[in-house]
Amino acid sequence: MAYHHFVLPFSIGMAALFAILMVKFTIWIVKLESVDKRLIRKNLFSVKTLDAMGEVFMESLLHRKIFRKNPMLGYMHMSLAFGWFLLILFGNFQAQFYTRTMLHPPYFPIFFNFFVTTSEEYLFKASFEFLMDLFLLIVLTGLFIAISKRFYSRIVGLKKTTKLKFFDKLALTSLWFIFPLRLLAESFTSGLYNNGDFLTGSLGSFFARHLMVEKLALPAWWGYSLALGFFFVALPYSRYMHIPAEVLLIFLRKYGVRTRREFTSYSDIEVRSCSRCGICIDACQINNALGINNIQSVYFLRSIRERSVGDEKLFTCMLCGRCENICPVGIQLSDLRMTQRNKNGVQNTSTYDFLVPPKYKVADVLYFAGCMTHLTPAIKKSMLKIFDIAGVNYYFMDSDKEACCGRPLIQSGHYENAAKLMEYNKKLIRQSKAKVLVTSCPICYKTFKEDYKLNIHVMHHTEYILKLVEVGILLLEKGDSKVVYHDPCELGRGLGIYEEPRILLNKVARLLHPDEERENAFCCGGSLGSFNLSTQQRNIIRDDALAKLMKPNPDKLITACPLCKKTFSKGTKVQVLDIAELVAASVIVPEAKKALDMQKHETVLVE
Amino acid sequence: MKDFGFTITKDRQIDYDQHDHRLLQFVLENEPSFQACISCGGCTATCSAGNLIDFNIRKLNMLLRRGETEGLEKEINKCMLCGKCMLVCPRGINTRNVILKIKEAIQKFR
Ligand code: SF4
Ligand code: SF4
Ligand code: SF4
Ligand code: SF4
Repeated sequence: MAYHHFVLPFSIGMAALFAILMVKFTIWIVKLESVDKRLIRKNLFSVKTLDAMGEVFMESLLHRKIFRKNPMLGYMHMSLAFGWFLLILFGNFQAQFYTRTMLHPPYFPIFFNFFVTTSEEYLFKASFEFLMDLFLLIVLTGLFIAISKRFYSRIVGLKKTTKLKFFDKLALTSLWFIFPLRLLAESFTSGLYNNGDFLTGSLGSFFARHLMVEKLALPAWWGYSLALGFFFVALPYSRYMHIPAEVLLIFLRKYGVRTRREFTSYSDIEVRSCSRCGICIDACQINNALGINNIQSVYFLRSIRERSVGDEKLFTCMLCGRCENICPVGIQLSDLRMTQRNKNGVQNTSTYDFLVPPKYKVADVLYFAGCMTHLTPAIKKSMLKIFDIAGVNYYFMDSDKEACCGRPLIQSGHYENAAKLMEYNKKLIRQSKAKVLVTSCPICYKTFKEDYKLNIHVMHHTEYILKLVEVGILLLEKGDSKVVYHDPCELGRGLGIYEEPRILLNKVARLLHPDEERENAFCCGGSLGSFNLSTQQRNIIRDDALAKLMKPNPDKLITACPLCKKTFSKGTKVQVLDIAELVAASVIVPEAKKALDMQKHETVLVE
Repeated sequence: MKDFGFTITKDRQIDYDQHDHRLLQFVLENEPSFQACISCGGCTATCSAGNLIDFNIRKLNMLLRRGETEGLEKEINKCMLCGKCMLVCPRGINTRNVILKIKEAIQKFR
């Protein structure tokens, strides 16, 4: 049996790593909520497991998402992860072909070139030797980028990388040493026995000519083994824990587990899965426009791990979702923030008993303008005009004295208070017997759609208007104004409504395109998600976003959110309109056609 | 006592030495913009809660400054955090954070 003392650091480290990971994973899984456990049990033996394996391959090994965002950074992650994986995989194949058995100690493939130095033939020997050198080279190039990134992060296009702790340093240093030491060890041995392929072979003969390779080989193997051992032991306590955590996360996510209102064991796995890639820092306008760079998600997650979440990290964020959208690990960053706001949230003692039993009217369609729309009356007037022209049997649910939808309270972590408002609104919705609820404000829309659990259609007015146009109830006239559309955070990233407003705008105007739109759109800066930003700071964010939106030089800036409209109109001379206003101004009302429509809409609107 | 058909008004004199200013201090430290309130009433005019019941950020400001903090909890609980006041305030006061901070202070110094 091939054995040498130097394999001990590796073997011990490996065993320790497995033991620690087993314990950690077990604790995580045991601590999961019972609903989540049920989800796992239900889906474990389904195609979802295969799906998850595929995703682990694509994300944890190939790092496809990082690739898309930044090819250089993607290559770095891929070459390290996938290259190393291939080294292990093919190393094992090589060992199996050599020994012609499945049974060899785990260290044998790792130190194969130390133990097998004779020119004894085995199947695919030459190919294996070539491939192993190639994979090593790939890993080394990735490592080279990683080391350069530490010293000069611009190379990979990131403005900031994150700071390190003791175990991070230990793991990082040993990681840096693993592959160069492997290269040296294999080269020295190759030089000694005059074998090896293009990399280790040529380096080996070079070393053999200039150095005492017979004295250097064994220390190099010791070093290699030690570096591996240290890395394995440090891994569970370092940032590299994100690698195993992400694998578990991918499986659980595929089974349908999510972070909900409370911070659960699953949330903890999410927090640990952050690779600290820093991509979220670059996406955040609070960093880009304000230069504040300590509240972004990567720092926020760290503060959860260190149990030092402060108000600043919690309440400055606008919950715009830009970081969540771009995070390659797919962590529910906004929801995680809300769980923490909840924990730190103060008082849920509001009764709102001043809300009188709701008045209601039976109608087909309910219209909920929302608090913000009451501040921008042109929007609600346009909607009422559209309802009237289309002859809809609607009831304006919050025309006068009504309750807020509750979303701002949810965002602040006052869930129980929000529930009281929701209960009030729900009652009203139920009593009206409406089949469709149309809202003008994406903030309300999101909460009606996701939190209220209504059994009627909830639509934002962009969707609803488009429907009216599609079935021919509304006729639109195409104008020649040039417009740019701003995607409101809650409507776009929040609910994925990107197409409807664009289809509508193409019918009434000439739609121009700014550089950042759809899921990359900026936040207007008015977000109710932030509680800490001052008006001055908000204005800077707004102006920054405006400058980018106005690049195509539009006549009008169109949005689909009263808050965005209000915010933007304070910062530009260009006319800012809600999509409903533009549509209402472009409707053609052919009198003759009206009667016909009256019959048509009955069937459509109620569907 | 015999009912003469009128009541005696309670003493309204404010003794500043007796009053608790920790609340005011806490709020101003954490949301300094509230210093700039000019009691214009813009927030009150637009307030969603104020539309339904007597509720008024200016009054909160006054109560805080006078140190009359007993009724504050009941008052503050009426706000729905909808954010309209923030958008109309001519002094750019971060009113919602003022509300949150008052809530926090009440809990802290209760
Ligand atoms: S939160 Fe996501 S984007 Fe930000 S550092 Fe972590 S993994 Fe990267
Ligand atoms: S949600 Fe928006 S504001 Fe908050 S950290 Fe992410 S990018 Fe920044
Ligand atoms: S609108 Fe602003 S300045 Fe006016 S009373 Fe309200 S908080 Fe004070
Ligand atoms: S946030 Fe509160 S105080 Fe301000 S308008 Fe809304 S309900 Fe009124």
